[in-house]
Amino acid sequence: MSDYNFAYLDEQTKRMIRRAILKGLAVPGYQVPFASREMPMPYGWGTGGVQVSAAALTPDDTLKVIDQGADDTTNAVSIRKFFEKTAGVATTEETAKASIIQTRHRIPEAELTEDQILVYQVPIPEPLRFLEPRETETRKMHSLQEYGLMHVKLYEDISQHGAIATAYAYPVKVEGRYVMDPSPIPKFDNPKMEMAAIQLFGAGREQRIYAVPPHTQVVSLDFEDYPFEASKADHPCDLCGAEDSYLDEVILDDAGNRMFVCSDTDYCRSRRDAGHTGRLGEEAA
Amino acid sequence: MTPLLQVRNVAKLYGARIGCTDVSFDLYPGEVMGIVGESGSGKSTLLNSLAGHLTPDRGEVIFDTRTDGPVDTVTMPEPERRMLGRTDWAFVHQHARDGLRMSVSAGGNIGERLMAVGDRHYGSIRERAADWLRRVEIADSRIDDRPSAFSGGMQQRLQIARNLVTGPRLVFMDEPTGGLDVSVQARLLDLLRGLVREMGLSAIIVTHDLAVVRLLADRLMVMKDGHVVESGLTDQVLDDPQHSYTQLLVSSVLQV
Repeated sequence: MSDYNFAYLDEQTKRMIRRAILKGLAVPGYQVPFASREMPMPYGWGTGGVQVSAAALTPDDTLKVIDQGADDTTNAVSIRKFFEKTAGVATTEETAKASIIQTRHRIPEAELTEDQILVYQVPIPEPLRFLEPRETETRKMHSLQEYGLMHVKLYEDISQHGAIATAYAYPVKVEGRYVMDPSPIPKFDNPKMEMAAIQLFGAGREQRIYAVPPHTQVVSLDFEDYPFEASKADHPCDLCGAEDSYLDEVILDDAGNRMFVCSDTDYCRSRRDAGHTGRLGEEAA
Repeated sequence: MTPLLQVRNVAKLYGARIGCTDVSFDLYPGEVMGIVGESGSGKSTLLNSLAGHLTPDRGEVIFDTRTDGPVDTVTMPEPERRMLGRTDWAFVHQHARDGLRMSVSAGGNIGERLMAVGDRHYGSIRERAADWLRRVEIADSRIDDRPSAFSGGMQQRLQIARNLVTGPRLVFMDEPTGGLDVSVQARLLDLLRGLVREMGLSAIIVTHDLAVVRLLADRLMVMKDGHVVESGLTDQVLDDPQHSYTQLLVSSVLQV
């Protein structure tokens, strides 16, 4: 332990954030304003997610932090260390052992359970922002359920690219009411959002918290003749051979060689430990 | 016959200053009403009050809705009023930039109102967008171009197409030909006259250009300092003006 209050924030601040979280859970998909604090990291590095995690953490929790699915990238390592130092909680890289998972731009491949909380870092919480710059107007559009504009964006995609080219931050409608930005997760992850775990979204700079309770209906928007498709690279993982996981493309040299690997490092490692091997699995190991 | 729009004693004040006051008239289906007057006479304030962009301080604006018959749009709930604004009403702005989404393609601009009322079939939205582009004399090969790549006259025609695609019954126009050169104006007026007749639209046109109302309007209201000073059939008012201000207005038109 250190001289910090548990999980860095003072108790009053955590109460304020918990109230916003409870309101968010009561109105799924609604963006609840909250008094976001300065955190010891720059905006865009997950200040919203960190505050939500800090408010949700208890001393008995086990924390996992991922960045684009990986446990070992700068952002994930820094936030994990931050909570090890300020909260003294146990941390893990194994999805199944974690009770709180803070994530940047991915949902873990392993199915989450009812005793887990998934915390998303959100850069821009307003799905209508790039279509309608006025906050007063977007709030009114949410309250009156005027969501036709969202389809204008998808229309533009099809007219320019022949298909819905939006690949991440794909807009969803929660429980038939609010249209929500699922944070920049790949649209491959959208169908997973109807899950057993609690999902909390924190946007620090924009000062918004929203939430999806367990087993809530989450529908990706689409057209009748251009239905939603959860797309991924059409390859198996080159390390573990998985064909059902979201893949990163890695350029190996300047001769055109490349490999596809699971973006979820924990999922990939657990498969390799279980004896699965992909095209380049032997050499890499 | 029930009037499509009944305006009763509408007034809009800006503090102590009068925007417009004591305006009453009936507009019947298929009728085009012109409102003329000098700058600052309150004609745009009146139009915005009628269209729900401004809330009038006094008076009633009763619209004959499809489902519930005549309803006062000033006191109706905001969601219903905004729904009217997307379906039965249309508003053509003086500057096409105010009425268009400049970062969205022409097809998307026309399709927006269709998607706003629940159309979710890309193919049919696109087909209707292309059809409306042709009706306002824009080549349908331009369907994926942004309005910023269009000329001023084309932008104005695109704005009209975007407004008429849901088959509105009442169109508000605020100086639809302002800022266009005369030959483009003539073409736009010709197009508007055709569409109004063909679709049986009712329209309220605000302008300071007497030639526009002479061509389009059945009836005319002349405004000065927020008051209606004269009204009647267009030809009657223009050919035999009674009020001194109308006489001044008519005699101020330059003859070429």
